[in-house]
Amino acid sequence: MALKMWALRKSLWVYHVNAGACNNCDIEVLELLTPRYDIERFGMILVGSPRHADVLAVTGVCTRQAMPRLQEVYMQTAKPCVVLAIGACANAQGIFTEAYHMGLPVDEAIKAVDPNAIIIYVPGCPPKPESMIDAAVKGMELLKTL
Amino acid sequence: MGSIVLTFILAATGTLVLGLVLRWVDRKVTAMVQWRVGPPWYQTFVDVLKLMGKENLVPVTAQGTGFLLAPMIALAGSGVTAAILWHAIAIPSQAFVGDLIVVIYLLILPALMTMLGAAASGNPHAAIGASREMKLLLSYELPMVLALLVAVAQTGWSFKLGGIIEAQAAGGSVLLSISGALAIIVAILCMQAKLGQVPFDLAEAECEIMSGVYVEYSGPSLAMFLMSRAMLLALMPLLLIIVFWGGLYTGAWWGYLTFAGKYFVLVALVTLIRNTNPRLRIDQTLKFFWFGLTPVAVLALVLALVGIAKGLPWL
Ligand code: SF4
Repeated sequence: MALKMWALRKSLWVYHVNAGACNNCDIEVLELLTPRYDIERFGMILVGSPRHADVLAVTGVCTRQAMPRLQEVYMQTAKPCVVLAIGACANAQGIFTEAYHMGLPVDEAIKAVDPNAIIIYVPGCPPKPESMIDAAVKGMELLKTL
Repeated sequence: MGSIVLTFILAATGTLVLGLVLRWVDRKVTAMVQWRVGPPWYQTFVDVLKLMGKENLVPVTAQGTGFLLAPMIALAGSGVTAAILWHAIAIPSQAFVGDLIVVIYLLILPALMTMLGAAASGNPHAAIGASREMKLLLSYELPMVLALLVAVAQTGWSFKLGGIIEAQAAGGSVLLSISGALAIIVAILCMQAKLGQVPFDLAEAECEIMSGVYVEYSGPSLAMFLMSRAMLLALMPLLLIIVFWGGLYTGAWWGYLTFAGKYFVLVALVTLIRNTNPRLRIDQTLKFFWFGLTPVAVLALVLALVGIAKGLPWL
């Protein structure tokens, strides 16, 4: 069990879900792959399918259109997995909170399908890549306690 | 019977470890080319270990048995190939007649199982990936077999891997003739396609069809496919060394060194080609193999036959 969790912490594969972001957070996520930040050092890579993923990097406000799809993607992910809510929008819908087209905030939308989901909040508009790496490290620490 | 099982287990696990290390080298070199640091040395082992501990999801649209069986057969196919190739290289005199043909068939197995698994998953992305994989298989298999046939012709029509090694030990490597050099160039490019590396990675193009054939695979099934791919990465250079480059010379200590050197050159070529080329479209790939490489392979074969008929070993 300990070995399993160690392996999981050393090899987090990230799937990026855009649930209605303004594209700025997405650019910051891609920044993680560049030579300056290079998250492959920690064994993290971006993968193309939620089935392969251990981390869902969710950006955006979670609009009414995106919400059922986000929940579907979460259910398609192989467990155990961690959800990173990236940016002010994904944390609490930011400045759009009272707009007509909002679904639930990202954490509530995911808790609606899985009450035990692990959700990590990365504040900022957009957050710095450093804080995303910090969040991923905190996620690893959290997985240790599982 | 006992020795067969032992050979299989030793060769399969050894090849798996070697293949995972080679995959790490590939990733590390790629990272260095892109001015990054890259993953630590144990990364590929951790990846497999992690996938083994994850959930194995079967989509509702999938045909469950085929979906779950495909990765196992792919892994088993790579394991048997490993046993035959290492056995041939260690004890060339004990090979059985036609093992080259068996190896050619077994090497198709992982690609075939990838297609089967992708088709069984019932995902449209996977279906596109499977159709691309099939076209890829159709395009590289013909020049590959023609290139191997050059070596077979030059070593006195021996379809035994052991016989090919022994004939080269007596008469010099196939590589050292004009037809042999042409054939190994063709075979190296076919190896790239067989390994599914850039520029021929269109079956699992992750940014257009989301990992294509593997899109629905998770957990242990995905790990099995990754392991089978890693083993292929270790086996293809081995096959080329056996067929074109004289195998392993066990008579002196430098025999092992030169073998390691040959191996390194071929693996480095795979990484080099992968890092300096963009992905090709499927029609470009087909044209490249059928109208580019197949004529070269035919030319090599004709040269080899003329060389045998006229008694000119350098042809
Ligand atoms: S948090 Fe800011 S940068 Fe990120 S999606 Fe929302 S508005 Fe855009």
